[in-house]
Amino acid sequence: MTAHHLHEPSATEQRVAALESLLVERGLVTTDAIDAVVATYEQDVGPMNGAVVVARAWTDPAYKQRLLTDATRAIGELGFGGAEGENMVVLENTDAVHNVVVCTLCSCYPWPVLGLPPRWYKSAAYRARAVREPRAVLAEFGTTVPDGMEVRVWDSSAELRYLVLPQRPAGTDGLDEPALAALVTRDHMIGVRR
Amino acid sequence: MTPPSIPDLDQPRDNGDLVFTAPWESRVFGLVTAYLEATGQPWEAFRQRLIVAIAAAPAGAGYYESFTVAFEALLAADGVVSPEA
Repeated sequence: MTAHHLHEPSATEQRVAALESLLVERGLVTTDAIDAVVATYEQDVGPMNGAVVVARAWTDPAYKQRLLTDATRAIGELGFGGAEGENMVVLENTDAVHNVVVCTLCSCYPWPVLGLPPRWYKSAAYRARAVREPRAVLAEFGTTVPDGMEVRVWDSSAELRYLVLPQRPAGTDGLDEPALAALVTRDHMIGVRR
Repeated sequence: MTPPSIPDLDQPRDNGDLVFTAPWESRVFGLVTAYLEATGQPWEAFRQRLIVAIAAAPAGAGYYESFTVAFEALLAADGVVSPEA
């Protein structure tokens, strides 16, 4: 870790502040517009949206079929879409297959349903190791995949954004959609948890 | 040899999320997003430069450092700043 860097004045931080001043001065952006973007992704958009999609798929077979056939459109039915939410593909976990999502080149991620990616998703270690040794990576998340179950790793890109549809947990027959959605986490929908 | 560990696995999180670890990270993210919108450019215009910046970054460089480098490259290409800025 480079903890000592955290306490030094950051050159990058100063460059960012200078860029903001420059762009505001030139009238290319406004401080309000920046604030609005930050507030949206800190407060309004996040994995709770994806959880709603998953819960609907668990309770409505026709919806699940539409989701697996045309994910972008089916997710749009629930009101989620926009930047980085185009070209969605939903990957269904089954008894035979467990899906894991990575972006090996940068940080592609389905913003409308998951918000912005967590720090580990963007790390060089996750980007490289998720492909090379997915089971070892999953183990670090506390996730064990049985030997007979295939692990499929999907590399996100601008062309395709993935969302994992986890298996509905046993013993949840009596739960309604909001209660089911509360069981679904970001990590389930990236596929690092089962 | 131990594989590099994945940072922040144990970071507390729930369905909300800690997406920025410092205020300047949120500023540069907001800045890029607002700039692309204001200039009518798709995220892809930035993403290609982000891929290049991440690939060229020294080991241990943070994601938002690369993000900043990529934004400077985009602004240079757009003629907003000079390339060496």
